[in-house]
Amino acid sequence: MSAAYIAGAGNTRFGRHDGLGAIDLMAQAADGALREAGLARGEIDAVLCGYATTLPHLMLASLVSERLGIRPAYAHGMQMGGATGAGMVMLASDLVRAGRVRRVLVVAGENRASGQTRDDAIQTLAQVGDADFEVPNGGSVPAYYALLASQYMHRWGLTEPDLAEFAVLMRRHAASHPDAQLTAPISVADVLASKPIASPLKLLDCCPISDGAVALVVSADPGRGDGVPVAITGAGQAHHHQHLSAVDQLDDLGAAASARRALGQAGVGLADLDLLAIYDSFTITLAILLEEIGLCPRGASAQRAREGVFGAEGALPLNTHGGLLSFGHSGAAGGMAHIAEAWRQLARRAGARQISPRRRCLLHADGGVLSAHVSLVLEARA
Amino acid sequence: MSVSRLSRPYAEGLAAGVLRYQRCAACGLAQRLARHACPGCGSTDLRWHDCAGTGTVVAITEVRRAPADAWRALVPYTLVLVDLDEGARLMGHGVAGLAIGQRVSGRVAEAAGQRVPHFAPIGSA
Repeated sequence: MSAAYIAGAGNTRFGRHDGLGAIDLMAQAADGALREAGLARGEIDAVLCGYATTLPHLMLASLVSERLGIRPAYAHGMQMGGATGAGMVMLASDLVRAGRVRRVLVVAGENRASGQTRDDAIQTLAQVGDADFEVPNGGSVPAYYALLASQYMHRWGLTEPDLAEFAVLMRRHAASHPDAQLTAPISVADVLASKPIASPLKLLDCCPISDGAVALVVSADPGRGDGVPVAITGAGQAHHHQHLSAVDQLDDLGAAASARRALGQAGVGLADLDLLAIYDSFTITLAILLEEIGLCPRGASAQRAREGVFGAEGALPLNTHGGLLSFGHSGAAGGMAHIAEAWRQLARRAGARQISPRRRCLLHADGGVLSAHVSLVLEARA
Repeated sequence: MSVSRLSRPYAEGLAAGVLRYQRCAACGLAQRLARHACPGCGSTDLRWHDCAGTGTVVAITEVRRAPADAWRALVPYTLVLVDLDEGARLMGHGVAGLAIGQRVSGRVAEAAGQRVPHFAPIGSA
């Protein structure tokens, strides 16, 4: 099979965009991705589009294509919660490698913050809970993750200050990105003193709700932009449960299985990685994913963070754009921002934010309550 | 009303004041939530049973940010995951101050107009 590359990425600023709808935001991001890839609209022959909670639609990819002036030979939407972006890139890569299409526009975005009330957003998201067994308890996504956090912390000894470490790290990284939503520096003490949401999670352990969009071009060639070509060399998924109440192995939620499949396809191991892009809907999400994938021992992720391993110039820079926790979370686009950032760093197109040259990134995203897992391996072909 | 026939016996149990769970009649595996087929053996012969209500707390949170108006007056409230002695796992409310590993007994209670499992330490009234 031939190779698949990320040829370009574009994004809106994350935060509030009053008056703009999902399509407006996606259009901005798509224009940016096409510009970065050096491609004309007519050169796109496939469109994959992530769901938008503010724009439920039976054929969102067709709608987006029409509005963007694109007539693709292949287009449809996808719904995998937070894993949607990585799932679309995995599919786009397979479509390109199989020769079905040559250039896929992968796009998602929505006005999640300004297009609905905070309660509506929380209610929509709470429905990832079981309608009979979980939601009637007054559950919410933070409450489900809080339950999981209590269980995980009890078993492996992580503490609330440990989790806070990740919120501080993501904020430090976001400070350098002009499009990030939250950039004011915070300390571990600030996180611990922030408003309780669902113990052990406080406000600063949780990602914000954002407006924003991200688009990528996945292509059979590296694109016409400057920089180092970046290939998608491995991809994998795992789906061990959907609901928190159905988790039966706390140490096997699906992240490790998914990452193993992706690394296996790429023919590399964890020791060959020098960049990380890991889903961080909550601080506990990061801790669990880093530890289950095997990037650090159980209970040791925060200590590694304190040692600087995950800093911008550490051995394994993690979410150098600030992640969902500080760059922001606008649904499927939130997880795509990690991919855009990994591409920019590997391609050496991160401008003033460029870290020292990196060769290989593991990207991991999850949807639901660590339910739908997708991993990607991205490689600079310098 | 439940969203599918699969989980209706659970919702009907709550309405009748009993907690129910599903067990595979072929291999005996206690199920999580409501399933069409057993992930252990593939059988679709899954049957509902009433449970004694006793179990062990495996996860706990105190919710301070209510997800909707109906829950606002109740905060803070305690949510738990409980491993029932029969092998199933239920999400429910709990009395404040429960801890992971604690033995509890559940009954059906009303919260914000919903009938939900409610767990208290064994031995308490």
